[in-house]
Amino acid sequence: MLMFIGMGLWDERDISCRGLEVARRADEVYVEFYTSKLMGTNLKRIEEFLGRKVVELERSDLEENCGWIIERAKDRDVAILIPGDPMIATTHSALRCEAERRGVKTRVINSGSIVNAVCGLTGLHNYKFGKSATVSWMRSRTPIDVINQNLSINAHTLLFLDLHPRPMLISDAVKILTEVDENVGELFAVGIARAGSESPTVKCDRLKNLKDYDFGDPLHVMVVLAKLHFMEFECLRIFADAPKELEEIVE
Amino acid sequence: MTRAKKMIDKIKELMYMPERIRNMGIVAHIDHGKTTLSDNLLAGAGMISEELAGQQLYLDFDEQERERGITINAANVSMVHEYKGKEYLINLIDTPGHVDFGGDVTRAMRAVDGVIVVVDAVEGVMPQTETVLRQALRENVKPVLFINKVDRLIKELELTPDQMQERLIKVITEVNKLIKAMKPEKYKEWMVKVEEGSVAFGSALYKWAVSVPAMKETGIGFKEVYKYLKEDNWKELAKKSPLHRVVLDMVIRHLPSPIEAQKERISVIWKGDINSPEGQAMVKCDPKGPVALMITKIIVDPHAGEVAVGRLYSGTLKPGMELYIVDRKTKNRVQTVGVFMGPKRVELPEVPAGNIVAVVGLRDAVAGSTCSTLENFTPFESIKHISEPVVTMAIEAKNPRDLPKLIEVLRQLAKEDPTLQVTLNEETGEHLISGMGELHLEVKVEKIRREKGIEVITSPPIVVFRETVTKKSPVVEGKSPNRHNKFYIVVEPLPQEVIQLFKEENIDIRKADKKELRKKLVEAGLSKEEADGIQDYYEGNVFCDVTKGIQYLHETMDLIIQGFREAMSAGPLAKEPCMGVKVKLVDCKLHEDAVHRGPAQVIPAVKGAIYAAMLQANPTLLEPYQKVFITVPQDMLGNVTREIQGRRGQIIEMKTEGDLVTVIAKAPVKEMFGFANAIRSATAGKAMWSVEHAGFEPVPQALLEQFIMEVRKRKGLKLELPKPEDFLP
Repeated sequence: MLMFIGMGLWDERDISCRGLEVARRADEVYVEFYTSKLMGTNLKRIEEFLGRKVVELERSDLEENCGWIIERAKDRDVAILIPGDPMIATTHSALRCEAERRGVKTRVINSGSIVNAVCGLTGLHNYKFGKSATVSWMRSRTPIDVINQNLSINAHTLLFLDLHPRPMLISDAVKILTEVDENVGELFAVGIARAGSESPTVKCDRLKNLKDYDFGDPLHVMVVLAKLHFMEFECLRIFADAPKELEEIVE
Repeated sequence: MTRAKKMIDKIKELMYMPERIRNMGIVAHIDHGKTTLSDNLLAGAGMISEELAGQQLYLDFDEQERERGITINAANVSMVHEYKGKEYLINLIDTPGHVDFGGDVTRAMRAVDGVIVVVDAVEGVMPQTETVLRQALRENVKPVLFINKVDRLIKELELTPDQMQERLIKVITEVNKLIKAMKPEKYKEWMVKVEEGSVAFGSALYKWAVSVPAMKETGIGFKEVYKYLKEDNWKELAKKSPLHRVVLDMVIRHLPSPIEAQKERISVIWKGDINSPEGQAMVKCDPKGPVALMITKIIVDPHAGEVAVGRLYSGTLKPGMELYIVDRKTKNRVQTVGVFMGPKRVELPEVPAGNIVAVVGLRDAVAGSTCSTLENFTPFESIKHISEPVVTMAIEAKNPRDLPKLIEVLRQLAKEDPTLQVTLNEETGEHLISGMGELHLEVKVEKIRREKGIEVITSPPIVVFRETVTKKSPVVEGKSPNRHNKFYIVVEPLPQEVIQLFKEENIDIRKADKKELRKKLVEAGLSKEEADGIQDYYEGNVFCDVTKGIQYLHETMDLIIQGFREAMSAGPLAKEPCMGVKVKLVDCKLHEDAVHRGPAQVIPAVKGAIYAAMLQANPTLLEPYQKVFITVPQDMLGNVTREIQGRRGQIIEMKTEGDLVTVIAKAPVKEMFGFANAIRSATAGKAMWSVEHAGFEPVPQALLEQFIMEVRKRKGLKLELPKPEDFLP
């Protein structure tokens, strides 16, 4: 069986009890830090916590050369530890499909993800979110198009920031976005740094102003805001030090 | 005052009178006598002693050149000649005739305004004559004709005066036919005519020549020539009608001065605004204008290091000047300027427009560079090289300690000679040099050994195949490693005309006028849809996007093109470069998010799909061919045909002439290695032979697999024919 185990947001202790049990019992345990990272820990600490050897995988092991890991899972229990929730990174759904297609049973053990942490940290309502997008180091129009599509249906946009070759910061992302389309600079947004840690940073302001705010170490994400429910407004004032003028976009 | 010193003083004086300058080249088929002609012209003009000329091959100043008896580099020399009471400065470039060194000829043509085409009276117009004359005409360089070795017609072929005349007229007609075909608009003005003296006859070796205008002064005409030669009294003939006077008179009368030439040539070789100040300065050959210098050659001087040789179209070059190397986007300071007198470079305080100049200090310049005092100067049209490298050798230093030095020398050689390709593979440590032929590479390797003192080991020469397809493939789906993107690819054979179009016109797809390009491509054989969607031309292959309205495709196109280029530079059969492949993107599905369609996803997906498609389109290898021309005594014919047929060669034509027979054949370059020695021993050294490139042809079906495996083995690839599935995840 091939098992995808979510590791949660910050360090080795964010894995669920069930995930931990399964990982300890598995014949082989792997981990990948390609689709996301656990900033609060490292491979050695994870191995100590699990009390066993863990092998790190590369991107190609999850994609073009994934054959070998599926082969090993045919007669063994193979666990892959994945930061966040395992199936939020779409790559793993392709791997899971391929495994089932080749007759290997699969199992998913969910965990906390940035997708729900954002609601928790900002007070934004889950049902008000539209499509997500990634701001990539390669300039692309995609995030701008997605923001506009979401605005047209009055939905917030969660923006992931590129991880390679280095984790993108909110200041980088604002620069890239406003270079593609300077109008987005006027929109209100919330920046979130180090979700899941003991000292996350959450700040709401116009997008262009977030560029100069010190969010500290990565990982960073952003939410570009559509019209707000008054409860969302109140939360942002309290949790995200939002300026008073944010009231402009309250419905 | 010594003779040489006097000469320098005269050169210094004449440099400033462009109407009294002639920049000319001498071009010919191999062994038709260019270098002998150059040497005897120099001797006549007082540069070397008459007895030495012809034996010494003054312009063949490379040790190897003298040993091999051929010119390898284009040599430069300046000399002074008096015509009708006035002195003229003649800057002469002697160029190699062997097909392996065609790159040197092409570059030399950019420096000169006129050429003497030398043709052997016995052999007539030969393929290399045509090639070099074409190169000259393409550069708008005016020709005059010197028919050499006329004495052989009488002594060897024993022709009557009438037969002799007939023979000479035939040569002239053939040369004019070429001029007419290449330059119809100039034909009236440029065709060579006996009556006007743009044709001279003679013997470069025996130092005599005649022409109609000269005859009027010397009284020596054909009848007299016939008489002297019958009596074997060429010494008298050379005294009465000396070679250098007749030929240099012809040059001064018929070849244009820089002033005349630059009026017309600038628009052919320079695509900037002709009405701009720098454009007008060049048209007028203005020494006060901005410096406009085109480098045609880099030579290495043991004392000064790299010397850049080129043609100065406007301005005046002085030491200490700062010049922009426009094509390299750098700035260098000129250390010295000068001209060449044979192998000797003479430094001068300055050199004005219209001359061929030698500059020290332009360390970033390569053959083909444009240098100017203006930063935004439009570069000269790049020099077109007609053939591409076909033979490769691996080279390594005998002593590993010499490796860094070897790498430096290889880079240097590539800089001097753009037809030499150097591939340094850091991973495998294998260094490859690719060139125009076996001889070309041998000469370069010898140069590394002798001049640079590095002991090297080389592999036997290897032919570089090209991979191509012979029919249309089905639509092949290529998936990215993360399975989030799909590319649908079709490959099919690319019409030869399309390749020709890109090669000859040097089209830049991103800059070209869309409508005009589309029209040309459709004429060359692409469909309207393909012509509209053309995205890239790469080494004889094209990539067309024929999809409609796919979102974010333009953001991904550079990566797709990169995948296409990677596939084309190493094909699926044996990782040899591809040629004549048309790749079409017919559909694709892209992930919305750019991080899921990055280089690691798009490039392998496109490359894999192209490989899989090629393998379903009847792929094959092409190999380079040579045309071989061999002249031998009749009784040796059997040995020659045997030698050719043993090399997968085909005999195309045989021409008998007196006791001699000329065999024209075609053979794969792969089988022609070692031909020089083989033919020498098969004919007891009596064969005269030459080769020219004859393009690529498919390898015989029966040998295809064997050749693929040979290459795969050499490259350490699996010894199996690849299958389409191998390239699809």
